[in-house]
Amino acid sequence: MAIQNKAAANKNLDSIRKTIANHKRHDFIFASLGTLVIASLTITLLILFLDLVIDGYPRFNLDFFSNFPSRRAARAGILSAWIGSSLVLLVTFFVAVPLGITSGVYLEEYAKKNWFSDLIEINVSNLAGVPSIIYGLLALGLFVYSFGLGQSILTAGLTLALLMLPIVIVSTREAIRAIPVHIREAAYAVGATKWQVCHNHVIPYSYGGILTGVIIGMARAIGETAPVITIGALTFIAFLPPSPIGLEPPFINFEWLESGFTVLPIQMFNWISRPQLAFHINAAATGAVIIMLTLLMNGLAIKLRYNIRKKIKW
Amino acid sequence: MVKKHNEIIKAESKDLSFFYADKTQALKKVSLPVYENKITALIGPSGCGKSTFLRCFNRMHDLYAGNRYDGKIILQPDNTDILLENVDPIEVRMRISMVFQKPNPFPKSIYENVAYGLRVRGESNKRTLDEKVEEALKGASLWSEVKDRLQDLAFNLSGGQQQRLCIARALATEPEIMLFDEPTSALDPIATMNIEELMSELKQKLSILIVTHNMQQAARISDYTAYMYLGELVEFDGTNQIFTNPSKKETEDYITGKFG
Ligand SMILES: Nc1ncnc2c1ncn2[C@@H]1O[C@H](COP(=O)(O)OP(=O)(O)OP(=O)(O)O)[C@@H](O)[C@H]1O
Ligand SMILES: [Mg+2]
Repeated sequence: MAIQNKAAANKNLDSIRKTIANHKRHDFIFASLGTLVIASLTITLLILFLDLVIDGYPRFNLDFFSNFPSRRAARAGILSAWIGSSLVLLVTFFVAVPLGITSGVYLEEYAKKNWFSDLIEINVSNLAGVPSIIYGLLALGLFVYSFGLGQSILTAGLTLALLMLPIVIVSTREAIRAIPVHIREAAYAVGATKWQVCHNHVIPYSYGGILTGVIIGMARAIGETAPVITIGALTFIAFLPPSPIGLEPPFINFEWLESGFTVLPIQMFNWISRPQLAFHINAAATGAVIIMLTLLMNGLAIKLRYNIRKKIKW
Repeated sequence: MVKKHNEIIKAESKDLSFFYADKTQALKKVSLPVYENKITALIGPSGCGKSTFLRCFNRMHDLYAGNRYDGKIILQPDNTDILLENVDPIEVRMRISMVFQKPNPFPKSIYENVAYGLRVRGESNKRTLDEKVEEALKGASLWSEVKDRLQDLAFNLSGGQQQRLCIARALATEPEIMLFDEPTSALDPIATMNIEELMSELKQKLSILIVTHNMQQAARISDYTAYMYLGELVEFDGTNQIFTNPSKKETEDYITGKFG
């Protein structure tokens, strides 16, 4: 009797082990497939990046960053391009971030949930996927012609802000949604108003997620070429916009907003389309700089998110 | 409803019905008094509407669109119907505070957690805040454990300490009524005992309405007990009466464990 039982138990155990082994095989297959895909993508990216770095290597020196573009490839630099990119991004940042965060908070906390807010929600998510050239066309019609802002840094900044807005809105909403209901209710239960709840809880707790969205949005904006070309960025610029900071009162001026400009990807595009091979070196070096900036920004986003996650656990 | 001795009524629900946005009727004409300086316990099987009832008292349901109250909750001594449209739910929440089932401190310091209710009321004087925070933490018998680390994150406290912190937060604003929704269901027996003792002390100062799944707990701490079933109030009476000699068969079955 006892022996029989034992035999039966053993058999049962055997079949359990077989089942587990079987299931583990699925684990293994999926994991290997995933690793393979990720590895091939990462390697492709790495090769492209290395290729740019190797090609552009001769230009990696300070002169490259402090020289204007020039007819002589070896002396041509990206000064006007990186300053242009920085100023455009500055405008983008100051437009898209406040607008995006307040829209996200409004949609999530204040707006009544009905078909209209659903419609807005779907549209915002879709906007994030609209090809960037469309934004360029919109901006050309709206900012350049209707508003008469010209082919300026302001126009470019606003255009990229449009592009970045949905990313900021969506990430703000997602970060807000991650706040547990019971924390929100705790705040309301002591008698806080909606604004107090937003200001003291919702925004501080979703800060990490919002910041990540902002940085990723900026990283996207920095590499955008199509919309900036559409609105008419110059491709060859041998001057700098007026400095935003002056030595004499009032120390800050806004003339730079109206200045013509170029940005890094356009500078790169300009060089790559030249017949002389020497300029392709410049293009490769510029590409490497853009990728490095993007990676740095994304890395910063990951680090910030990690730090904030460590502090806030629900 | 049996009118008890010469107790003072602090609040009273009158024919209170409640509908969630999906049209579920979770409460059916519940009339129940909450006596001043007494603990009133709500018992009943899961899903019978205890939390729904409790959350009517601080208008928590207002946070979600589509919920509807029907009936009244009269708050004394001013005889206000707190469910009226023109009564601001924030005003109600300033008078009636709540402790939830799961400890839910803010991801802020211990000090800021307790001070939050006061800050919301516009208090910004450092000394007043310090005093009231200390008083509330003492009232929640947490002071001696945290007085040296008031600036630590609240998450670093144990579950029982977190719950007492939430009690301190609800206490700091000197509410007239405190609502407890199964405040000890996530805690071990010792932490539970601490909180039960605490509630018995608190009732000197205010009135308490508590939801509990734990029959012994209701018997131990409450003065009055209400038994609810399927959104209706089946029986309400002195706790002794309910536990020794309930007048309804259903109540007896539930209490003796024959049902539920
Ligand atoms: N947000 C909601 N929307 C619709 N129906 C709900 C909602 N919340 C609760 N209900 C329903 O209302 C009824 C009462 O729920 P309630 O949470 O008040 O029960 P309870 O007595 O507190 O139960 P428990 O003891 O399990 O906490 C249940 O039938 C439940 O399904
Ligand atoms: Mg409940």
